[in-house]
Amino acid sequence: MLAYFLRRLVGIVPTLVLVSIFVFVLQLMLPGDPALAIAGEERDPESLAFIREKYHLNEPIWVQYGYWIGGVLQGDLGISLRTSIPVTDLLLQKLPVTIQLALMAIAIALLIGIPMGVLSAIHRGSALDWLANVIGLSGLSIPNFWLGVMLIMLVSVQLGWLPASGYESPFDDPVQNLKTMIMPAFVLGTGIAATMMRHTRSAMLEVLKSDYVRTARAKGVRERFVIMRHAFRNALIPVVTIGTLQLGELLAGAVLTEQVFTIPGFGKQIVDAVFNRDYAVVQGVVLCSSLAFIALNLAADMAYFLLNPRIRA
Amino acid sequence: MTRKLSLAIAAGMLLIGSAASAETLKIGLADDPDVLDPDQSRTFVGRIVYTALCDKLVDIDPDLNFVPQLATEWSWSEDGKALTMKLRQGVTFHDGEKFDAAAVKYNIERSKNLPESRRKSEVKSIQSVDVVDPMTVRINLGAPDATLMATLSDRAGMMVSPKAAEAAGANLGANLVCSGPYKFVERVQQDKIVVERFKEHWNAAKFHFDQVIYRTIPDSTVRLANLQSGDLDLLERLSPPDVPTVKADAKLKMVDVVGVGYQGITINIGNGERSKTPLGQDPRVRKALELAIDRNALNQVVFDGMHLPGNQFISPQSQFYAKSVPMPGRDVAKAKALLKEAGVEKFSFEMQFANNPDATRAAQVIQAMAAEAGFDIKLRATEFATMLKEQTAGNYQATQVGWSGRVDPDGNIHTFMTCKGGINDSKYCNPEVDKALDAARLTNSLPERKKLYETAIQQLDQDRPIIYLWHPKWIWALRANLQGYVPYPDAMIRLEGMRKGS
Repeated sequence: MLAYFLRRLVGIVPTLVLVSIFVFVLQLMLPGDPALAIAGEERDPESLAFIREKYHLNEPIWVQYGYWIGGVLQGDLGISLRTSIPVTDLLLQKLPVTIQLALMAIAIALLIGIPMGVLSAIHRGSALDWLANVIGLSGLSIPNFWLGVMLIMLVSVQLGWLPASGYESPFDDPVQNLKTMIMPAFVLGTGIAATMMRHTRSAMLEVLKSDYVRTARAKGVRERFVIMRHAFRNALIPVVTIGTLQLGELLAGAVLTEQVFTIPGFGKQIVDAVFNRDYAVVQGVVLCSSLAFIALNLAADMAYFLLNPRIRA
Repeated sequence: MTRKLSLAIAAGMLLIGSAASAETLKIGLADDPDVLDPDQSRTFVGRIVYTALCDKLVDIDPDLNFVPQLATEWSWSEDGKALTMKLRQGVTFHDGEKFDAAAVKYNIERSKNLPESRRKSEVKSIQSVDVVDPMTVRINLGAPDATLMATLSDRAGMMVSPKAAEAAGANLGANLVCSGPYKFVERVQQDKIVVERFKEHWNAAKFHFDQVIYRTIPDSTVRLANLQSGDLDLLERLSPPDVPTVKADAKLKMVDVVGVGYQGITINIGNGERSKTPLGQDPRVRKALELAIDRNALNQVVFDGMHLPGNQFISPQSQFYAKSVPMPGRDVAKAKALLKEAGVEKFSFEMQFANNPDATRAAQVIQAMAAEAGFDIKLRATEFATMLKEQTAGNYQATQVGWSGRVDPDGNIHTFMTCKGGINDSKYCNPEVDKALDAARLTNSLPERKKLYETAIQQLDQDRPIIYLWHPKWIWALRANLQGYVPYPDAMIRLEGMRKGS
């Protein structure tokens, strides 16, 4: 098992290099000129020439990549072309926000999705199953953007219970932090909960039909025990997969939700960076999210080992 | 005993009362500012934040007259090549350094020489700065420059602490040190910029908020929702469709002013192959396009009448507006006749525009109006950065685009319409216009400048490389209890005198 994980760990490096090259090339294929985007209204030829020179925008693409990767190897991700803030600082500023939002959203999704999935599988065809399906489908089909704006209108503007947007660090003010994060986490969480519920339900149905569950029941094991011990645990495998993938996506940033609640996370950062052709920031964020994604996949594989003895063999 | 106790309680309540009055003003911005260094920055919203952080040599009043800020009085030399300024006594920077003539010299030289400076073209006319005495500077010019006062009323006139700037170099933006009424506290990119009251400011008594937070909220609906819920006190750039919502809400109010910018259609006259169309080559076709457009209807339909229609690079409210070139009404018959005269009765061209809701609707209305005169406009929605690139590269026939505007008229026209202008994307070139626009830079006499601009405007009206359509109004929405907000045509949010009522 150890050897396997070590192999996987080593494999991360070429993956990251490939991702970074891919993103670099993609960015250069974007129409528009970063020098123009940076210069804004003051786009006289002198300014443009200076910007091109300073950020090596005149050089061939592989030289530009060389500058960047050379910096990365020394722990320097460059500076934002737009704000002159070091990209590393930006990432350190945004990463905790993104992680917190992702974890809260996934927690909400699990708390809603799994029990709903299990219950609707056990009571298949009942009114409960039907209701869970309706709620699940609505969760999937309501766009986050719309749900976010509606929640702001209701909870913040009408009722005045929670702030409409903004972000406060949990270290400065934990209560205010929760107040600002709960709505965006809920908006993100409900969407994922629906997916979770659908997967839990179908996995449970699958497992409940299997031989060993029938055997367990035939042995006279109590139904509660059959469900929790024999069925649910095995049904968790696909749920772990989905959960990890979803978490990985969340770590790449929840663009629209962050936009609505003005949460300063990765999503907002990367969209703005792309529009401003702020290459260094795009590269940094993508690198960071890919790393998180890969690490999560590794963690998921580890979880399979723990959950299912058959994989361990 | 009881008396003592009640006195103590009263004193305690007073303390609590004064603590509670530690007031914060929260302002919603539509974009995230870029680097916070007046010499390097480029964004409009950045300038809004500087209004709190940095004092300038001079400021403007709501009628665009120059008024003292760090310079208390000034005079021009006879030949217009030297500006002598007396400086305000007792001003300190946020780091405790003293503001004096040497600081002014340092700042102007920084604008000129810092490799990263974006102010170079603005201060080009300045040749040297002399420290006459500790509180007097003389700015020497190579040639007279009528735009200098306007320049000094904006970023090039903002004074940063020489000590801090010397230490930080090009990284001053990470912790800007100026002498304004508020000092920098922290910034979370794309989220907020926090500033707090600078108690030693020379005019501190006029600033009533202990803290000001600028929050970046790009979505206009969300920005408004934050104002409605009380999470903001003031927002800039209210979207015209939201005006009725604000008017209907007793807790909110609205303030507006016509800005110094414009919106219009820039036409490719001589920028590469794509200028070789009847539209690019024949002024009659461009005139026909202008006559096909009903500016008032466009403003009504697209902006609910919020903006101000216009036909020159400065608005009809400006003292420089040339009354001899009035805004033409719509005349489809005449447009058709002109097209016929030019030999192109049916004619198709492509117009690019920024892919945002306002520009899209404007472009569609223009397309529909022009169709009636015989123009077949193909619309191309383009992401903003790409649009500018296409325009600079000459890969366009026409663009619906605008300019945020400058206090001095020169900033709205010289770089666009002179043969060698830095942003002359039309590649329009007319020596007569160059002559007038150059001359208008060289004189400080208002009547003379007005005449020169009129000459240029009359010539431009013959050639029409840009069809000016409307002058955007700046609209702010405020909580009803916010008092003392004065709108300025440069759209900067000046915090002086603002306070919250009950």
